[in-house]
Amino acid sequence: MESSTKMHTKGLDFYYNDAQALYDISLEFPQNRVTALIGPSGCGKSTFLRCLNRMNDLIPKTRAKGEIMLENMDVFDPALDVVSLRRRVGMVFQKPNPFPKTIFENIAYGMRVNGVRDKALIAERVETSLRQAAIWEEVKDRLNESALGLSGGQQQRLCIARALAVEPEVLLMDEPASALDPIATQKIEELIISLSKALTIIIVTHNMQQAARVSDITAFFYMGKLIEVNNTDTLFTKPELKQTEDYITGRFG
Amino acid sequence: MKQQTIETLVRWAFMAVALFSITALCLIMLFLVFEGVPILKHVSLKEFVFGLYWYPTSDPADFGIFPLVVGSFLVTLLSGVVSIPLGVMTALYLAEIASGRTAEIVKPMVELMASMPSVVIGFFGMVVVAPFIQKTFDIPVGLNLFNASLMLAFMSIPTICSISEDAIFSVPQALKEASFALGATHLETIVRVIVPASISGICTAVILGMSRAIGETMVVLMVAGGAAMIPGSLFDPVRPMPASIAAEMAEAPFGSEHYHALFATGLVLFAFTFVFNLVADYISHRFRQTGEASL
Repeated sequence: MESSTKMHTKGLDFYYNDAQALYDISLEFPQNRVTALIGPSGCGKSTFLRCLNRMNDLIPKTRAKGEIMLENMDVFDPALDVVSLRRRVGMVFQKPNPFPKTIFENIAYGMRVNGVRDKALIAERVETSLRQAAIWEEVKDRLNESALGLSGGQQQRLCIARALAVEPEVLLMDEPASALDPIATQKIEELIISLSKALTIIIVTHNMQQAARVSDITAFFYMGKLIEVNNTDTLFTKPELKQTEDYITGRFG
Repeated sequence: MKQQTIETLVRWAFMAVALFSITALCLIMLFLVFEGVPILKHVSLKEFVFGLYWYPTSDPADFGIFPLVVGSFLVTLLSGVVSIPLGVMTALYLAEIASGRTAEIVKPMVELMASMPSVVIGFFGMVVVAPFIQKTFDIPVGLNLFNASLMLAFMSIPTICSISEDAIFSVPQALKEASFALGATHLETIVRVIVPASISGICTAVILGMSRAIGETMVVLMVAGGAAMIPGSLFDPVRPMPASIAAEMAEAPFGSEHYHALFATGLVLFAFTFVFNLVADYISHRFRQTGEASL
């Protein structure tokens, strides 16, 4: 089944101070597919992910060269309002980072900062997002309690719900399950698969089994370069390059 | 000696030191009470606290400290009106908006300003600010409520700013990133995430800054004007409690009514700061929010 390209990068270079972290990355992300970015620590996969919603803007003395397009929106366009980009490209972080607010306010936050004032609409979308993130049943009776009282796995699903509440088109996930136990991880993985019906998902993971379980496409990064990208099944069974094979079979990394 | 014996000895030594400091403080408090309470033989508590006339050396003397209480209260309140917004906003600027280099230069400067001796500030208020106020607002004297509040504000700003800055700076980067990733602007992130997450630290900063203003003696002694009356305007002189105590203690005969009245004023000042600290402490706990998520 073919799918149109939702987002792509072309010749992307990235620098911290003068140290180059990414070299000439060109990659396409098909719509409603899960793309996994794998590779050893420090290979640039998280840096690459954070380029896609310009999160690296927050780090001083960094710069990027090349092209990133979200459909026909130029992500690096100086005239672009980065707020509108981040509304379309949501993000879930490695460690759950709920705001020290109530569960309800955590989800409502994104809508409030994007100018939604209609209380009924906010309440409705809070419920929808929590349902989508498969956490509604667990929190529906305690929406006005602090989000910090939830377990780690629940907090991470809450963060996913929070990202979903602004109705993004692309969801970036930076090792979303690395801080969780196996049961919570399984829930997050099931969630990723079900969300990909409506969303384009790009996930960074250290865990190759996880990449194999949840993704349609896998891209292997090494030392800031994109080494190989292919359908997940193909990449894991018949990698083209020796380097990829060595990594996925656990010979290094 | 056995390890355990040393442990025990060390424990006792620490306890002795702690007991000594706490006992000394308690004794000072007891002394204050014993020396202050006898004034109630001459005037009732109500007359003392709410009496409108403070003429301790007339015959018969009047011991009504209400004008002094009002003076202290107004000076502190007005200085807070100036110092809290300025201090907190400077802290926000330094922690969130200023570039790394600017913050590196300005922050130590603000902290150094906290060590400015109060007598220097008082002197500045007397010699520079007072004539300026006098000319600008065309009033007979420049030593008044307004001048004192302004000088006290500049004394508490460094404290408020540097402690708030620490609180704001320690808001986890992860929370800010979460906010930005949801499409919030920097301003929205500051108002809705950073300030709420650091509010308990900001409250602590305000308490410490205001405590400095409320008990401050030298500045108010020098620039408040010293008239024991309830001010009718910003430009009337006042006589806050600490100024009155410091100015009169030397001339009050030991054991006289005046002497006891000054100690009783000290007690009222203490009650004042105590209630203030309680309220502020309650606020800071009420809004306490723990920072980053824990697993």
